Amino acid sequence: MSLITCKNLELAYDNKTVLRDLSFEVNRGDYLCVVGENGSGKSTLIKALANLIKPVSGEIRFCCDFHKKEIGYLPQQTDIQRDFPASVWEVVISGTLGKRGLRPFFSSKDKKLARKNMEMLGISDLKKQSYQDLSGGQQQRVLLARAMCATTSLILLDEPVAGLDPVVTAEMYRIIKELNEKGITIIMISHDLSAAVKHASHILHLKHGSFFFGKTEDYLFSDFSSEFMGGGKE
Amino acid sequence: MMSFSELFASQFMTELVIRALIVGFLVTLCSSLLGVSLVLKRFSMIGDGLSHVGFGAVALAAALNLSGIKLIFSIPIVIVTAFFLLRTGNGGKMKGDSAIAIVSTGAVALGSLLFNMSGQRSTDICNSLFGSASLFTIGNTDLILSIVLSVAIIILFVFFYTKIFAVTFDEGFSKATGIRTNVYNTLLAVLTAVTIVLGMNMMGSLMISALIVFPAMTAMRVCKTFRSVLITSASVSITCFVIGFFAACLLGWQTGACVVTVNLIAFICFSFIGKIRSKSIAKNK
Repeated sequence: MSLITCKNLELAYDNKTVLRDLSFEVNRGDYLCVVGENGSGKSTLIKALANLIKPVSGEIRFCCDFHKKEIGYLPQQTDIQRDFPASVWEVVISGTLGKRGLRPFFSSKDKKLARKNMEMLGISDLKKQSYQDLSGGQQQRVLLARAMCATTSLILLDEPVAGLDPVVTAEMYRIIKELNEKGITIIMISHDLSAAVKHASHILHLKHGSFFFGKTEDYLFSDFSSEFMGGGKE
Repeated sequence: MMSFSELFASQFMTELVIRALIVGFLVTLCSSLLGVSLVLKRFSMIGDGLSHVGFGAVALAAALNLSGIKLIFSIPIVIVTAFFLLRTGNGGKMKGDSAIAIVSTGAVALGSLLFNMSGQRSTDICNSLFGSASLFTIGNTDLILSIVLSVAIIILFVFFYTKIFAVTFDEGFSKATGIRTNVYNTLLAVLTAVTIVLGMNMMGSLMISALIVFPAMTAMRVCKTFRSVLITSASVSITCFVIGFFAACLLGWQTGACVVTVNLIAFICFSFIGKIRSKSIAKNK
């Protein structure tokens, strides 16, 4: 059975419908890239999957043994975060909070998990540094480590490489691919279609009023890809 | 003007002064802690809006001959305003900052008219805007309410400090991982409203919002982690209050203006330290 099933989904942003009649399925271990023009509803879709907004109609169903709290979410960075006084450790370990319930302090298990994820993402030596002093790529790694503290199975990424330089971008894609190879399901919004096609197993292309969903191989031969790739090149 | 020794010899350290000190101490502690979260969430102006509404509410209480229970009277009004302002901040039709401007100036205008109608002198109005040096205004209700409030806030910050951090840093992520962000936002709004009403008497409605913004901003000039910002904010705020309070008593000036001026000096000093520090860090790199 698939991990996430979306059926006849209708989503609205600011009371205006941006997506209509959208249906797709995501299986465990998939790497799904969501592409499309600005305003086509990519972020809105991710927010709906993260349970931040309610669909106007239709349904999002998670597989039986999957808890909604187990989602790792990497939102777009906000202004608030750029100059926020927080140590890297404070940010990463805050990812474990969702599971903690009303217990007021972090357990040694939480701390262990945070340390493990920092190690995996190569940011252990930044532990005591201030988040606001880090480079853009380092900040994204910290947020990814935090997301990994919240989940063992699914990560939603909203344009994780926005504003990063090409070298750091490639590095970020490599890390995401590695997570996917460890069995974590990835759903990522991307503007970079060539990278999406290279890494993803499935593509969801949103276009005002219609959409394409399928395997990457099938996508390459569809009308959607030729139009977007042709028009998108600058 | 009295010297310190004369001051203590006189009946200055009476129960009233001690009472004012306790209330002021607790209110500054609470506002400095709440302020960190509000400033980081870009809600600094909400404190300002709420204190102006508090001024209007106190004026209304005076006009209705309810001055005796003005605290109990104002708190619900200010809490309702807090909800309204927080809601418009989150994507209502009216933008947050213009909503605050309309609410706060409107409340001050109506409040002054009400004060005039109920026959108050202009010094009374001045005192309620900038803080009254007459300590007789602090009653038992103030004392009990501020103790209850500060205990509530300290418990909240000690036990839920990590969740307050998460909700302040990234509301979207926190909500996605199952933290009930609305509960924390509501709690912050209610506690801020109560703190402002309690502090208004002594600090004045124009000055109380400074106690929310200044300590947090001062701490952030130098501190780079959330925990250290909270601790520094609270200590700076309390120190500034004590200095400003005694200065106001000795010189007979308005309490609020004195405390805020000391806060301003602290802010300038910390900015200076922060600048030197970041320069030396840049050099070491």
